[in-house]
Amino acid sequence: MRFRDPQIEMAHGAGGKASRKLVEGLFAPILFAGSGELLADAAHVAVGNASIAITTDSFVVKPLRFPGGSIGELAVNGTMNDLAVSGARGEAMVVTFILEEGLPTSVLEYEIRAMADALDRAGVKLVGGDTKVVERGKADGMYITTTGIGSPLPGVSVDARSVRPGDRILLSGPIGDHGITILLARGELDLEADLSSDSRCVLPLIEAMAIEAAPGIRWMRDPTRGGVATSLNELARDSGLGIVLSEEAIPIRDEVRGACELLGLDPLHIANEGQFLAVVAPEYADAALHALNCTEGGERAICIGEVRQEPARSVLVTTRYGGSRIADMLIGDALPRIC
Amino acid sequence: MRYVDEFRDPDLIARASAEIYRLADPEKHYRILEVCGGHTHAIYRFGLKDVLPSNIELIHGPGCPVCVLPMGRIDDGLAVAQREGVIFAAFGDMMRVPGTFGSPLEHKARGTDVRVVYSPADALQMAKKNPDKHVMFFAIGFETTAPSTALTLQRARAEGIQNFSVFCNHVTIIPAMRAILDSPDMRLDGFIGPGHVSTVIGCRPYEWIARNERKPVVTSGFEPLDLLQSIIMLLRQLGAGEARVENQYKRVVPWDGNPAALDAMAKVLTLRPYFEWRGLGFISQSALKIRDEFAAWDAEQRFQIPGTRVTDPKAAQCGEVLKGVLKPAQCKLFGKECTPEHPIGALMVSSEGSCAAHYNYEHRKAEAMVATISSVA
Repeated sequence: MRFRDPQIEMAHGAGGKASRKLVEGLFAPILFAGSGELLADAAHVAVGNASIAITTDSFVVKPLRFPGGSIGELAVNGTMNDLAVSGARGEAMVVTFILEEGLPTSVLEYEIRAMADALDRAGVKLVGGDTKVVERGKADGMYITTTGIGSPLPGVSVDARSVRPGDRILLSGPIGDHGITILLARGELDLEADLSSDSRCVLPLIEAMAIEAAPGIRWMRDPTRGGVATSLNELARDSGLGIVLSEEAIPIRDEVRGACELLGLDPLHIANEGQFLAVVAPEYADAALHALNCTEGGERAICIGEVRQEPARSVLVTTRYGGSRIADMLIGDALPRIC
Repeated sequence: MRYVDEFRDPDLIARASAEIYRLADPEKHYRILEVCGGHTHAIYRFGLKDVLPSNIELIHGPGCPVCVLPMGRIDDGLAVAQREGVIFAAFGDMMRVPGTFGSPLEHKARGTDVRVVYSPADALQMAKKNPDKHVMFFAIGFETTAPSTALTLQRARAEGIQNFSVFCNHVTIIPAMRAILDSPDMRLDGFIGPGHVSTVIGCRPYEWIARNERKPVVTSGFEPLDLLQSIIMLLRQLGAGEARVENQYKRVVPWDGNPAALDAMAKVLTLRPYFEWRGLGFISQSALKIRDEFAAWDAEQRFQIPGTRVTDPKAAQCGEVLKGVLKPAQCKLFGKECTPEHPIGALMVSSEGSCAAHYNYEHRKAEAMVATISSVA
């Protein structure tokens, strides 16, 4: 479908339906015409005899620092997670800083150090970079773009088209922490909660799961902007199948639930920066979940639903008392700039 | 989570559902109107239709402030926003509501200074922080939000803040309920009364409905158990041939309302002789304007307002849906030209609008198995 919106609005960057339309309706037809590949978190390309995974991501979060993380660390984890959920281990990264005139050096140094620590934790080398400075008022302090390359995890292959009815949907932990933390950190609401971003590198969890269940892993995604509902709607669309979730199984902290109830947001639409969804063949689901639960940071991983034939191309959420509803992609822009 | 989980308890919900099945006469068809958009949203979000017998039909009422606002008012507000140095501040619900030349968000993308606030007090704060700008708060809502607008205007006057004004679109719920009852194609058995509005106005204003129209009204909370209990209370009255006003939402709604809030409203706001409602047309004494004592903070008196009148797109049947005559999916445009991403009618914009609720939560569900997941959880 051709992109018909006359101008770019914030919603086009919110990760939901509008973002998808922009990519599928304008970028893809011109830049990836005839590729036939599904849009994924990272691309796997052959270079000589080797296969490498490559991805890129930009970070425009406001405020730069927030409980549980900051833009420098987010810029590493975000890109490494995109590689991880495509079934690759990040090996090297390059970075571009766009800095605003007047940015205090101390603020920049803090982010460079945060980035170095995150690279260290992820075991990834920074191999190059670029810096640009723009006039005051043009960049909210700083924007960062990172590009990562990785090597495929042995035996792991993810593709929405390999997903089958009966497959289980695993979630690595509580959702919504990042989006709600940023919303509160902006200080525009008179709300406070003891909450921090979940920003982290999810590769150790995925590697642990792969050791036990690699052949059963069919699809993975990190539900960042647009949240779990948007990621699973993309899966439903790409696979042509239905996703049925059990609402009570989905782990959500009380602080996140409370803020969502108060602000009229759906936790399924709230961004995460340290969680992932995995679709695993039923015969491997227990092993995969066990591996996650036994790995640090995966204690609250849980099965939240399963793939069904129906409702095709949709996500259905069922409640314990027998009600059900459709969970659509994020429409519009629920939250300010979060990553 | 306290005050939430106990009202979503599966055992209690199963018992309430069983009681509704027991009380509902299978020979009868019940048409119950929930006045408030918050209830509409909750009914869809919690999938409550799945636990109700098929002969209980819930009709979605006019209690969605964004939905009943005529497009001309949005155009008027955005016309003021075009002035040099004006910040247009409004609740998030307003942001995607289409005006003739686009929604507030589309205006923002073209350079208009449009900002989301969570309360009118935030807009006043914004005015204090931006003394070289004029902040106009585009006020919408029923009696739920009108008191906070009134209190904010009192504060603006007390503090002598000159660069702040309110474009007042507040409406009142009772005339809308009267208009629905007067609609000839409407046959209703009872009302689920608005919860939040009633925290302000109390339950007495509904007594005429019970007395004169012989329809029961039960003021209800917004959790699944609240709504089911309200339906039980309505069915009991209907079964006994009674028509009374009852208060299910006692933990929040005082029978006589909130005197302090009513007092603030009365001091600052006054009834307009008439006001246009989207879908319902002009209704007399159905909306509030700012009293002359506060004229300096009234955007309609302070600025030249074009007074735009826009007829709704002919093909859109918002009026019929708003009155409960048509179901959302029966509108010719539903899910085709009119979707939450590209709303034509306002009912498709607000999450409290019945079209958006239906589209987001129900649309496509018919194909779905009504499933309980045995293999998970």
